[in-house]
Amino acid sequence: MDYAQNLLITLPELILSIGAIVLMMVAAYAGDRATRPIGWAAVLLFVAALIASLFPAGIGFGGLYKADAFSAFAKALIYGGAAVSVILAPDFFERRGGQLRAEYPVLLLLSGVGMGMMVSATDLLTLYVGLELQSLAAYVLASFMRRDARSAEAGLKYFVLGALASGILLYGIALLYGFTGTTQFSGIAAAIGAGPLSTGLLFGIVFAMAGIAFKISAVPFHMWTPDVYEGAPTPVTGFFASAPKVAAMGLMVRLTVEAMGPAYESWRQIVIFSALASIVLGAVAAIGQKNIKRLLAYSSINNVGFALIGLAAVQPGRPEGVASVMTYMAIYIVMTLGSFLVVLQMRDAEGNNVETIASLSGLSRTHPALAAAFAVFMFSLAGVPPLLGFWAKFVVFDAAVKAGLWPLAAIGIAASVISAFYYLMIVKTMYFDEPAPAYHRVENKIEGGLIAVTALAVSPLGYFLIPLLADLSTNAAQALF
Amino acid sequence: MNQLGFPILSIMLAVPTAAAIACLYLKDEGARRLALAATLIDLALGILLWATFDSSQGAPQWQFQEHVGVFGRFAWALGIDGIALLLIMLSVFLMPICILASWTSITKRVPEYMAAFLLTEVLMVGTFAAQDLFLFYIFFEAGLIPMYLIIGIWGGARRIYASYKFFLYTLLGSVLMLIAMLWMSNFAGTTDIPTLLQTDFPVEAQNWLWLAFFASFAVKVPMWPVHTWLPDAHVEAPTAGSVILAGVLLKLGGYGFIRFSLPMFPEASSTLIWVILVLSGIAVVYTSLVALVQNDMKKLIAYSSVAHMAIVTIGLFAFNRQGLEGSMMVMLSHGLVSGALFLCVGVIYDRLHTREIARYGGLSNNMPRYALLFMLFTMASVGLPGTSGFVGEFLSLMGAWQVSSWATAVCTTGIILGAAYMLYLYWRVAFGVSDKPDAAAMPDLNARELISLGAIALVVLWMGVYPESFLKPMRNDIGTIVARVDRAKPRFDPDFAVGKPNVKLPVEAAAH
Repeated sequence: MDYAQNLLITLPELILSIGAIVLMMVAAYAGDRATRPIGWAAVLLFVAALIASLFPAGIGFGGLYKADAFSAFAKALIYGGAAVSVILAPDFFERRGGQLRAEYPVLLLLSGVGMGMMVSATDLLTLYVGLELQSLAAYVLASFMRRDARSAEAGLKYFVLGALASGILLYGIALLYGFTGTTQFSGIAAAIGAGPLSTGLLFGIVFAMAGIAFKISAVPFHMWTPDVYEGAPTPVTGFFASAPKVAAMGLMVRLTVEAMGPAYESWRQIVIFSALASIVLGAVAAIGQKNIKRLLAYSSINNVGFALIGLAAVQPGRPEGVASVMTYMAIYIVMTLGSFLVVLQMRDAEGNNVETIASLSGLSRTHPALAAAFAVFMFSLAGVPPLLGFWAKFVVFDAAVKAGLWPLAAIGIAASVISAFYYLMIVKTMYFDEPAPAYHRVENKIEGGLIAVTALAVSPLGYFLIPLLADLSTNAAQALF
Repeated sequence: MNQLGFPILSIMLAVPTAAAIACLYLKDEGARRLALAATLIDLALGILLWATFDSSQGAPQWQFQEHVGVFGRFAWALGIDGIALLLIMLSVFLMPICILASWTSITKRVPEYMAAFLLTEVLMVGTFAAQDLFLFYIFFEAGLIPMYLIIGIWGGARRIYASYKFFLYTLLGSVLMLIAMLWMSNFAGTTDIPTLLQTDFPVEAQNWLWLAFFASFAVKVPMWPVHTWLPDAHVEAPTAGSVILAGVLLKLGGYGFIRFSLPMFPEASSTLIWVILVLSGIAVVYTSLVALVQNDMKKLIAYSSVAHMAIVTIGLFAFNRQGLEGSMMVMLSHGLVSGALFLCVGVIYDRLHTREIARYGGLSNNMPRYALLFMLFTMASVGLPGTSGFVGEFLSLMGAWQVSSWATAVCTTGIILGAAYMLYLYWRVAFGVSDKPDAAAMPDLNARELISLGAIALVVLWMGVYPESFLKPMRNDIGTIVARVDRAKPRFDPDFAVGKPNVKLPVEAAAH
């Protein structure tokens, strides 16, 4: 494959990287006045990258990088989620007294490059570079409100724990390389398939998965999530809960299927444990939360647990499990972005953001449409039909039952009732309680429109998207087998 | 398409859906009128449905079928048999009455209230009409959302506790059913309910599937000991909410048993029949005794619902025609009668704002029309011949007798206990001395209340005097189920053998 073709395959990353560098220079000279134009330019770049990711497919750079239906599916979600995160930032930061610094969209672009690399990686080193690029941008984003103690704390915590996770992952990579003699996924799979699994290789698998479990915030590597979500600026939290989750989950899926596929019986136990633990902990720990962002943090832990049930259903030659994970993430990203969009509208009379659940009291009377949208997201996250969140759970449980894991499915779905409790609690606060002081009404057509679009997408109307989603995710899944 | 040439079932779902959305944009009075109009249109469509339903011998089992494969994994498949038809009729008949019952008693957030009720109607009719396993599940589960809101927003003092309990109890029951459904659809390779009804599931899997479905339907029916959500939900729900809860939502459980548990898992139903017999027996006696000591009228009727539904379950699993037809009749009758009783409670609650029995007395003096109708429904609840209650209870117990004489004997005491608590209630409310000035000053039924209660009274008498109208549509379908489960019929304990009298008759006596 010649160089031009290699570059063509990596076109999405090229667009984002060159765009990021150019915008960085613009930011350096034009200063914060140019924040909004830079933001819109970043959105355009994400859209361009999204379109570019759909076209050429192939393996590039001697097996380091692969563009296929799987990466295209994941990148569409990632770039879409990241673009929304760019859009929701400026208003938030302006209300916090300062102006949004122009580096914000640039950091998101760089993070986007990293996430694209993660889902396209077919080599342990590409994987690591992509992950670090994404993470380093994320550490800075978490502490983007420099003068806010909570934000700084969030950034620091995220950085320290993230560095630890990277170390664990690197150790796993080293073990995998040491015991297989290659860093390429296909080579590792061949080495694992060649004979009985050696202890060293098993440790390599465990460490590598632990490192990635940190990134998707699956139990027992979830501890950073509530603190970081609470401390980080709300648009950044919305970003953390959406695009990087998809990227890390995509990475996890590709690594487990393409590199560790033959050892599926070994890693499946880890995935099952992590799935059930995430579901239960995400459900139980959320009940006592008073802060909506912390609650959504536990909700994301809980949701990752459900997605992992789909991963547990992966068997050689059976793509349903992978398809279900990708469907789950697609629906999840819409629900979670919608929820954070609503959280952004929570402002007191002076326009300051409030984050307590109690302040939602009686929202159905002060802001009926907003309350209805949030109720839709909550019921959808709880997986109650006829909302689309039910379908997300449906596909993962369907995959699990097809793979013969019906006890896992039964336990998982029974535990989902616990999580229904706290989603109901939010609905109860909005609909049953006496109104608290009304939120400051700010007309922001773009955010309002995004809320309406996401709410409609997860409403029963979203069921018409099921055939399309099924086709795309099955296509994506088959690319891995 | 069907005998009418247009997709009547989809239209019956579309009308209330559209009205529900429109309600949200209207003022109070407009919302009330629109809701009433929409429910009346659905009632008219329901009557058309019944009139054109072919219940002759040899008529197709599934009629008015629609099938649009828009959802990929499952389809928008609707269609009804006689059983579903009758339950749809029950739903569309009770809905306008519910709207009328809320006309003046609901004053806050009326548009949302009407929207929630219309959505409930959509989901109930959809559940009965669904012919796709997962479409059924979606309708079945989605009904929780509007009911949760109805109890939580417009309910009484402990409404929040009751709404949580209602939602989480029923959700926990249902999710296990979903796993069973996934297994079934993967085994059979289809989600089409008529095809699944012909599928023979492996006997060893049936017990698990049956238990998973049981978890869902037993909570919904509800059966002892998972009935505890019902009294709370009833007591806290507004009057119309109670009517729809007792009238139709409980029937979803019975419908589930008759549609899924029994014909799809006949062997498991036979093996696990003792669960039904024991729980039904306990339910009848225990909840009747509990009903006897209630001070709250709504709670009393709620407990009586549990007892009546136990007679439904015991009849359903009798594996014979009498039992099944009887259970259906009890369901229809209970839907009407308990709905009417909750309306009766609502009538006096609207006037005095208490449900405590002791606060009333001697109402037959100042509210004669009310006392008369209340008496009729009391008698129907007791099961007096000539009312709808008698037909169903008699048939269902007669069917159950052929399975277990012991369980039937226990359940029959429910009739006596039922008479005790209902008559005791009626005596305390309607008779006695009117020594409470506020209760004695209450005006009699107004025209709106009279129309609602009178309409139900007529149907109750119709069902009691000429039950054939209601038995006819479901005769073929009950026959199909009985034939289907015949292979697993349990051995009956009162299996009397025809004896051979060992008496030598004198020859000349035989010659006569």
